[in-house]
Amino acid sequence: MTFENEHLLPGQVGHFFVLLAFVASIISVIAYFTASKIRSENEKQSWIRFARAAFFIETFSLLAVFATIFYICSNHYYEYLYVYKHASRELEPKYLLACIWEGQEGSFLLWALWHCGLGSVLIFTAKKREAAVMTIINVAQFFLILMLLGLYFFNVRIGSSPFILTRNELVGPIFSQPDYLSYIKDGIGLNPLLRNYWMVIHPPILFLGFASTAVPIAFAYSSLITKDWGGWVKAALPWALFSGCVLGTGIMMGGKWAYESLSFGGYWAWDPVENAALVPWLILVAGLHCMVIFNSTKNALRASYLFIILTYLFILYSTFLTRTGILGDTSVHSFTEAGTAMNVLIGIYVIAISLPVFYLFFRHYKSIPSIQKEEDMSSREFWMFIGALILFLSALFVISITSLPVYNKVFGTNLADPQDREFSYNKVLVLVAVIVGLLTGISQFLKYRNTNKKYLIKKLAFPLVISLAGSVLLAIFYPIDYVKKGPGFLVAIHLALFASIFSVITNAFYLKSVLKWNLKAGGAAIAHLGFALMITGMLISAGNRKVISDNSKTGLFIPFDKDPTGRATEDPMENLTLLKEVPTRMGKYTVTYMNDSASNEKDRTFYNLRFQKIDSVTGKVEEDFVLSPDAYRMKDNNLTSNPGTKHYLTHDIFTYISTISIPKEEADTSTFKLHELNIGDSVFYSKGFYVLNNILKNPDNEKFHFSPNDTALVADITVYGQNGMSYKASPALLIHNQEIKLLTDTVISQNLYFNFSGIASNKKFKISSKETDNLSDFITLKAYYFPYINLVWLGLVIMSCGFVVSLVNRVKAPRKWAYLTIGLVLAFLFYMFILANA
Amino acid sequence: MKTSSIIILVIIAAAIGGLLMYSVDFSTYDTIGSAKQKQGQYVHLIAKLDKSKPIQYDALKDPNYLTFYAVDSLGNSTQVIYRNTKPPELEQSERVVLKGKMEGNVFECKDILLKCPSKYKDDKKQLEKTVTQY
Repeated sequence: MTFENEHLLPGQVGHFFVLLAFVASIISVIAYFTASKIRSENEKQSWIRFARAAFFIETFSLLAVFATIFYICSNHYYEYLYVYKHASRELEPKYLLACIWEGQEGSFLLWALWHCGLGSVLIFTAKKREAAVMTIINVAQFFLILMLLGLYFFNVRIGSSPFILTRNELVGPIFSQPDYLSYIKDGIGLNPLLRNYWMVIHPPILFLGFASTAVPIAFAYSSLITKDWGGWVKAALPWALFSGCVLGTGIMMGGKWAYESLSFGGYWAWDPVENAALVPWLILVAGLHCMVIFNSTKNALRASYLFIILTYLFILYSTFLTRTGILGDTSVHSFTEAGTAMNVLIGIYVIAISLPVFYLFFRHYKSIPSIQKEEDMSSREFWMFIGALILFLSALFVISITSLPVYNKVFGTNLADPQDREFSYNKVLVLVAVIVGLLTGISQFLKYRNTNKKYLIKKLAFPLVISLAGSVLLAIFYPIDYVKKGPGFLVAIHLALFASIFSVITNAFYLKSVLKWNLKAGGAAIAHLGFALMITGMLISAGNRKVISDNSKTGLFIPFDKDPTGRATEDPMENLTLLKEVPTRMGKYTVTYMNDSASNEKDRTFYNLRFQKIDSVTGKVEEDFVLSPDAYRMKDNNLTSNPGTKHYLTHDIFTYISTISIPKEEADTSTFKLHELNIGDSVFYSKGFYVLNNILKNPDNEKFHFSPNDTALVADITVYGQNGMSYKASPALLIHNQEIKLLTDTVISQNLYFNFSGIASNKKFKISSKETDNLSDFITLKAYYFPYINLVWLGLVIMSCGFVVSLVNRVKAPRKWAYLTIGLVLAFLFYMFILANA
Repeated sequence: MKTSSIIILVIIAAAIGGLLMYSVDFSTYDTIGSAKQKQGQYVHLIAKLDKSKPIQYDALKDPNYLTFYAVDSLGNSTQVIYRNTKPPELEQSERVVLKGKMEGNVFECKDILLKCPSKYKDDKKQLEKTVTQY
């Protein structure tokens, strides 16, 4: 049977390039590996030239694959399953890229493309290490492209191609008809949760971070096979810095995204998917510090190897956790089950590179030089090493709890998350924050080998006094209000707060007094300052976060009295229902749900909420703003909401919709009652009365804009409720194209509907009104107050810039380029994190 | 790395190990039957929404009170109280993971994780159902 209107050519082209890239990656691996084993310089060079050619063919092919996927997605060719699953016609063009990397295949492709980019740089910069380094990069490429292959070997499909056809994958009656495509009206499209500009920017940055961790381990490998112990560190350090910067930024972009657009009320929830990315970063940073120690003192070489190899192992382990569906019961946002073959493939990839490098490392462990002399307790390297160990141990702690589903699979246990998951992490890591804060502060003033105690005391005394005074003042005037975990934890928070403030001040003081604001040499101090500032922000924003939509404080709703357990609940009542047009008190604000506005996206509605803060004494309006949280309501009542946030410099007001009213289908039983009124007459209803003020002909105001051909009469009515409030209503009678139309108006808060039904014979006006008990317009929302959240983002931006400063300093970039790079990174991050949403 | 560093290392590792032991009180996955045996203990129930019994939720009366019935694969049933808003996809869910405590015959739920067919694009059966609906 031939099918109509199919576009099979792009799929064939795309699949061909996948195969070409796959073959090229194999050739490149073999050629580079051979080159790395050959001693004869001439022969080596010819193998390298061959391998480079294969690598560039691979790069070109992957770009072609990407372009093809983009092409079929942007043309909505639903004959391809990938397009059907991830694209849809109503999707805005900016999300086209996002729907490419929403799926497994697209995200593997993105990862592979970054390897191509990094590899191209390495070819020109790795010099004598090129062959060994590129061997590792290409092995990684081999596995990633394997995942896109979709070929059958012995009846098992290896990998999953993005170009498979819908009709070959799905079973359904429509596929037996030649014109089946005309039945597929639209694709499923991007998951509404992911429709956010962060979805466009966060995955590429995170995958660049993932891809870049292959470079340090590749350098470690190059030194292990050439037995050139230690020589790799200098070459790999800039790459490790790059990786630390990009991965760290990528992770926090995920946090910012969660904060801006998801409704779990914060930027970090210790979700397994978040932890899986954080753990390799922590180990990488530990490794980075060991490498710096080695550069200055020749210590810590073995630890550098270990941490760099483990970083890569944990990057792949996190891929395993998030992509095999094993986290299904514990995480809100992991990928789903991808099929056994795919899981096995991912499992092999996890150990394929790190295990052989580990083997080489342990085989040569004895030969790797280490310094036998004990470090001085007053040396910088000693405390840096302790810091690295702390980071490493906290990474192990985090991953050991996160791996719970893996233990369950392996040992057949049925353990589940602890009752308060966040707290079980927080109570350990708050102590880590204390130690890390103190170490990053003190060790700036330590010198390699040993430090004069008097110098140290002299230098540290001033920052110590300032930060002590600062944190005591903070504890008095702006205490952390996190009492629900007891006084012990509160003290720990304050200690951590002191340690991170101390670190911020010490690092700033170091930049001033030691470096004399020579920022070029101050990358480390800048990064540490940023990190400490970020931790400070996290402690304050999480410690003093408040739910302001708390019913038990507003006293609006009395809980159901039919609670069968018959006891008072200790659960906070954190959601508040707002009736349309009824001002409701919430925290310091009076909130009114004014109206809805539709979006140009299908199923998306914005709910406009007016927040007013009125001074109770003077009655002056101090704050007045409108927040528009929105929600997608799918046809199966599936609700996906995006928060609306008001950003102030010192705090955010954060709201999201948790329930919306669903218009009731059943008929309204109440009926309109007709009244014949003169201007000035009033009518009583159950909760007050209303007055007909005037009748206006063709008014032009904010509500009505009639064309000159229309004839319209608008009744101006004021409703006086018993609650002392008055409302305006303006039902209208419109004659348009010789047809009469009645424009009903409503006063929702009084359940009143008005119609202007005509003019009576006695020159009176026919106004009909009805009261209904079918109250349907309300929303339920949750609102938070987030203080000093900007410190978190500012800290992150500073930290990333510190990484970049170190990086350009290490590669000895020309001054002009260095300034340009730092300026661009600073501007980009500052815009993304601080300005873009304000 | 010599004696002094090793000592500090061991102390730190021990301290963190101790904290870890002390701090993490893992919960368990249970059936309704076994949860009823563990009154007041925090557990994870894997169950299904009992569609034959009504879901009670009225955001106008109290937005923080939801109650419904859950059944597990062994056929046991319990009333569930969740003091929060109703997850919109509850009715469509295929499976629910309920975190909370059994109090008498009522499950006091703190958190609900839903498994909904609509969210899982990689489920072929579901794709086959939706492919003609659009």
